[in-house]
Amino acid sequence: MSMFEGFRFRRVSSVVHLLDPRAKFFFVCVLFITAILNSKLPPLILLFFVPLPFVLMAGVQREWIRSMRGALFFAFIIFLFNFLFTYLYTEYPQVPSAPLLERSIAMTLRFLVLVESFSVFFLTTSPDHLGLALEQSHIPYEFCFAFTTAVRFVPVLAEEAQTIMDAQKARGLELERGNFLKRVRNYIPILIPLIVGAIRRSLELAEAMESRAWGASEKRTNLYVLKLKRNDYLLVLISVLMLILAVYVWLYIPIPSLTILLSF
Amino acid sequence: MIEVRDLHFTYPTGVEALRGINLTVRDGEFLAIMGQNGAGKTTLVKHFNGLLKPTAGEVVIDGVSTRDASVAQIARNVGFVFQNPDHQLFCETVEEEVAFALRNFGFKETAIKNRVDWALNLLDIKRYRETSPFMLSGGERKRVALASVLAWDPKVVILDEPTIGQDHRQKEKLRQFIVQLNAQKKTVIVVTHDVEFVAESNPQVMLMSGGEIVAEGDAREILTDQKLVAQASIVSPEITQILSGLPDLGIQKNVIDVHEATSILLDLLEVAS
Ligand SMILES: Nc1ncnc2c1ncn2[C@@H]1O[C@H](COP(=O)(O)OP(=O)(O)O)[C@@H](O)[C@H]1O
Ligand SMILES: [Mg+2]
Repeated sequence: MSMFEGFRFRRVSSVVHLLDPRAKFFFVCVLFITAILNSKLPPLILLFFVPLPFVLMAGVQREWIRSMRGALFFAFIIFLFNFLFTYLYTEYPQVPSAPLLERSIAMTLRFLVLVESFSVFFLTTSPDHLGLALEQSHIPYEFCFAFTTAVRFVPVLAEEAQTIMDAQKARGLELERGNFLKRVRNYIPILIPLIVGAIRRSLELAEAMESRAWGASEKRTNLYVLKLKRNDYLLVLISVLMLILAVYVWLYIPIPSLTILLSF
Repeated sequence: MIEVRDLHFTYPTGVEALRGINLTVRDGEFLAIMGQNGAGKTTLVKHFNGLLKPTAGEVVIDGVSTRDASVAQIARNVGFVFQNPDHQLFCETVEEEVAFALRNFGFKETAIKNRVDWALNLLDIKRYRETSPFMLSGGERKRVALASVLAWDPKVVILDEPTIGQDHRQKEKLRQFIVQLNAQKKTVIVVTHDVEFVAESNPQVMLMSGGEIVAEGDAREILTDQKLVAQASIVSPEITQILSGLPDLGIQKNVIDVHEATSILLDLLEVAS
């Protein structure tokens, strides 16, 4: 569950925390697009380091490291699948060739960049801010509410998952035992109570909301209104430049892979 | 036997939940752990089956440190019934649910069948054998959870807040059941802040506050000590409050049991008339 920990917001204040969520989100999306546009290792390595200054400025290193550690398991699976399937179903040469290895690592790194940037976003953006940002982007209030509620419940669910895991371990369940398939099946006793609990909770929440007249007024106003400030414009500018650069490179400049670079 | 030596535990978040616990639970003992929310009760008992490992100090069960054994190994002897049955029920039928742990522990199919029968009988839920646990009432789900632990007949049974959210009848049934378990020579450890429950079952009581043990003794000793009770944010049983509120009539006041109080008051009436 440690990967979820990396998305849990803590109420602190820093330059990064004070940025407008819309600007931050734009930046994360640009990172996302850039990572998708690149499939070669060198630019992805570069991309991996882009969010780091934000992590440091926000002072969320510990949480960030925890989330990355949590993502390692999935990263490993992605690496494995890429490696196996590229080998089996494409014309890549024999195992273990450097290009094959590099491609798999690049795909894994792409995933890590995505987790990394979203983790920074969620670690430094309060759910309230996020909801405001969505509303001010003219997204229907129902969706904004659903979204912020979902984000808010992630830590609750993570905690519940931990308790369920403990309860099943106390009944002799060994998560780490057996082959790969067995290990996946080991998670059924954890997932079912978790899902049932989440459904029950959402029904209760719906009832509680309706009994407090949710959606009674057509037009809502907000006490706080988000406004873009200098830093936000700066971030948006950087993002736009990055995006242009990324698209330009993607269209016109073939990037050599690390294997080719090294063979010179 | 469970031996706890200078146990400290700090959660990864930095919360220091246990600060130097020393405790011995002998075989066949009936122990109630009481104290306010956040006192560290759940954290302590999670050390008894190895779900949590000490940050410092040691928990030794029948001579083996919990550091040197897996949860599954320890759980074979130490059963743990969680507070909320919804955190463990997941099978399609009650029967499957009760058999789950038995399969994990590698019992043979015939043994599993016998033990499931035995446990369903024990908790009087035989008629729900084929029912989905999700269709049952709260009290019944609690009993299924209990059956699913007792089925493998662990030497020690730990119950975390067993009486929470149960109606009076369920609670009394559960209480009698727990007392009976102990009478059958099982070590029973109950985490609770249900004062009436403790007053009626008369276990050894351990009071916790802020991650430390503040008092140990039998139920009467602890529950009638106003200072201790206030320190742990619980209240004495009502009957104790009534007696201690009376002027000095020369009667015994450290009473927690309703029947005992009744006979004391009847004696008083007889003397008066
Ligand atoms: N999973 C956890 N992570 C961090 N802190 C926790 C966790 N569980 C409990 N705590 C903290 O540890 C302390 C003791 O909690 P707990 O053992 O659950 O108390 P009790 O069962 O007596 O109510 C509390 O301050 C609680 O907030
Ligand atoms: Mg507790």
